[in-house]
Amino acid sequence: MEQLLDGFATALTPTHLLLAAIGVLLGTAIGVLPGIGPAMAVALLLPVTYGMEPTGAFIMFAGIYYGGMFGGSTTSILLNTPGESAAVVAAFEGNPMARKGRGAQALAAAAIGHFTGGIIGTILIVLLAPFVAKHAVDIGAPDLFAVMVLAFIAVTSVLGASRIRGFASLLIGLTLGLVGLDEMTGQQRLTFGSLHLADGIDIVVVAVALFAVGEALWVAAHLRRKPFEPIPVGRPWLSKADLKRTWKPWLRGPVIGFPFGAIPAGGAEIPTFLSYVTEKRLSKHKDEFGKGAIEGVAGPESTASASAAGTLVTMLTLGLPTTAVAAVMLAAFQQYGIQPGPLLFQRESGLVWALIASLFIGLTLLLVLNLPLAPLWAKLLRIPRPYLYAGILFFASVGAYAVNADIFDLLLMFVIGLLGFGMRRYGLPVLPAIIGVILGPAAEQQMRRSLQLSDGSLTGLVNSPMAVVVYVVIVVILFFPLIRRFLPSPTPPAAPPPEREKIDA
Amino acid sequence: MSVKVWVAVAAALLAVLLVPPLLTPGADSGEGSQVRALRVLVPNAPGGGYDITARTAAKAMEDADLLRNAEVFNLPGAGGTVGLGRTVGERGNGKLIMSMGLGVVGAVYTNKSPNSLLDTTPIAKLIEEPDIVVVAKDSPYTSMQQLVDAWKANPGTVTVGGGSAPGGPDHLAPMLIAKAVGLPPKTVNYIPFDGGGELLASVLGGKVAFGVSGVGEYRDQIQAGTLRVLAVTSKNRIEGVDAPTLQQSGVDVEFTNWRGIVAPPGISPTDKAKLVEVFQNLQKTPQWKEALQRNGWTDAFAPGDEFRTFLENENKRVATVLKDLGLA
Repeated sequence: MEQLLDGFATALTPTHLLLAAIGVLLGTAIGVLPGIGPAMAVALLLPVTYGMEPTGAFIMFAGIYYGGMFGGSTTSILLNTPGESAAVVAAFEGNPMARKGRGAQALAAAAIGHFTGGIIGTILIVLLAPFVAKHAVDIGAPDLFAVMVLAFIAVTSVLGASRIRGFASLLIGLTLGLVGLDEMTGQQRLTFGSLHLADGIDIVVVAVALFAVGEALWVAAHLRRKPFEPIPVGRPWLSKADLKRTWKPWLRGPVIGFPFGAIPAGGAEIPTFLSYVTEKRLSKHKDEFGKGAIEGVAGPESTASASAAGTLVTMLTLGLPTTAVAAVMLAAFQQYGIQPGPLLFQRESGLVWALIASLFIGLTLLLVLNLPLAPLWAKLLRIPRPYLYAGILFFASVGAYAVNADIFDLLLMFVIGLLGFGMRRYGLPVLPAIIGVILGPAAEQQMRRSLQLSDGSLTGLVNSPMAVVVYVVIVVILFFPLIRRFLPSPTPPAAPPPEREKIDA
Repeated sequence: MSVKVWVAVAAALLAVLLVPPLLTPGADSGEGSQVRALRVLVPNAPGGGYDITARTAAKAMEDADLLRNAEVFNLPGAGGTVGLGRTVGERGNGKLIMSMGLGVVGAVYTNKSPNSLLDTTPIAKLIEEPDIVVVAKDSPYTSMQQLVDAWKANPGTVTVGGGSAPGGPDHLAPMLIAKAVGLPPKTVNYIPFDGGGELLASVLGGKVAFGVSGVGEYRDQIQAGTLRVLAVTSKNRIEGVDAPTLQQSGVDVEFTNWRGIVAPPGISPTDKAKLVEVFQNLQKTPQWKEALQRNGWTDAFAPGDEFRTFLENENKRVATVLKDLGLA
């Protein structure tokens, strides 16, 4: 505790405060701009910070990391064009809300969600760092695969009205996820001999293409037939009813996000999706999901920031980067001759605690910056529709091109965009496809890795306690409706709580 | 939009656009061996190995006034072969160089790239980084000999993890070790991880029997005693790691990951000489020496033609291993 206070003393010096402010501003700008993620921003700034002392540099990097999370959801919500993979889920409910004129509320829910998730996540860093360091490495491929299976079960809740169309869309996503070099054996899959496809198709490109390009084409095809009506901009602040619906998702987010961020290969995509599904299941307004339910923004955004905090734990205590940004920050530590790992808290305790203190300060700055901006950003949508969609297409193209500076990605985006248009035309929901691209490759990798570890024996999938627990939960979820039918008397109150607990775990 | 938003956006843009140029002198008055307006292509993502090497070298050269206005840019994709294709395509361009390493040699085969590194003009090999054979502290294996015996008896269950995809350095090292001890590479149960960091978790948690990866990310864990190094793959022992070399442990393999610089094919002899000279001068700068130490890299400088011979040999060695595995 004393160390944390010392940390605050270091972080609150004018220089460091200024660096934190620059960091969050840059981070927000970078998050909003398409194509440049926080990872690239930190990497590009590395040479500039050589001359600075390490504490200041890391305070700035941490600001960029969290700032990128805040900014990333802005384009996701307003323009349906996620800038990074952690913000993909924010578009699910955030964009429908924005189109109903509730953009400001969606942005505010996202900003407060990031703040809550980040603060709780950072408190968890302080409290749980040694515990996480000890147990994160116990989680292996079989456990992760079990969680993926659970996530696949959860996909059924986003399939939409028609199961067949939903599954067709999921299969499209899984197929897109197959493209690239097979990671285990190095064989080519669906690359058609093109080097550009060897790394697979980036989830951001798929999301931007299916969401933004597909929709722009759809709107263009219908604009002449429908009378022109501008998107309304409603009142800017969260109402009491909104707050009542969002406070629980905000608090639930970290429960899902933090552990996922901390475990190797966790990342932010799968926990944000799981949070979305959980909120959908628990919400009293299930019918609003897909049309702009505020819980669907609040939960996943809080989850995303908490997972960023979880990532920092494993990076600081184990020297183990679980996301691209963490990998770049790890490289940055090494540039300063500091090796994150089990000895870091003893050797560099001043730096670590100042960094943690600056996370609290950075988050507060971000909230102060982003909340007043929310209604202003939302006014963007007042732009007449043809110009707005032209702008969206422009942003999407710049983003797809900037990722690799490769014209091929641009072509790919428009081809997948056409696919998105076709899917809208024939009533295929877009969401399962996105989930397929996220989950497919991850599940495949973990399953094959488990089987390799057990030398091909199927017991390798169930030889860890956590995996067994997750499978039991899955069986309970799947068979619960059946069991309930055979129960003599209706005892519904006992049902929902355990289910919800398990999904959180 | 309100004025405030515009000011915020403009300030951020200005910071991004103006800060880097302000920090590098823009005057254009160099002469002699100084190279100006050089572009450095990095064929993997920011923060990766080639990226850090390129940016560190460019910074050291600018500080030592060997270089003016160098621009480092990333063109990642397909294990570096997308960048390689671009470099080979810029025939005759004496103002472009590419940072690369052993990983690209293997990626050319696994990605079936139409261009080979032998199509380029090798400029210099810069650094080496040895791999280590590592187990968790509670692993049953305490010596390389013990591990090899167990491995030969049961190659399927003695799993090996590495931080690179098939064809990369961490994949090649165990395959070469397997070949040397008489185990067919095809029987090796190699599990690729996304970088040394993710592998570290699996080694610490005892998920894989042993890991093979660069020493850099593991130093702290080794020092803390949570990892045990059974052998280093380089010719000589490395400072700060209490482990024998492979050869001292009776395995006849010498293997190091290395990084270097190549230029497009068909550049003029003057351009080539100038580039080689710049990197030769880089070796002598205190900035570079300090960077080597900071990153734990071994100096392994080899200029132009010597580097070419080395590349040809590495290419053959990698091709043999990958052919055994059906990847080349």
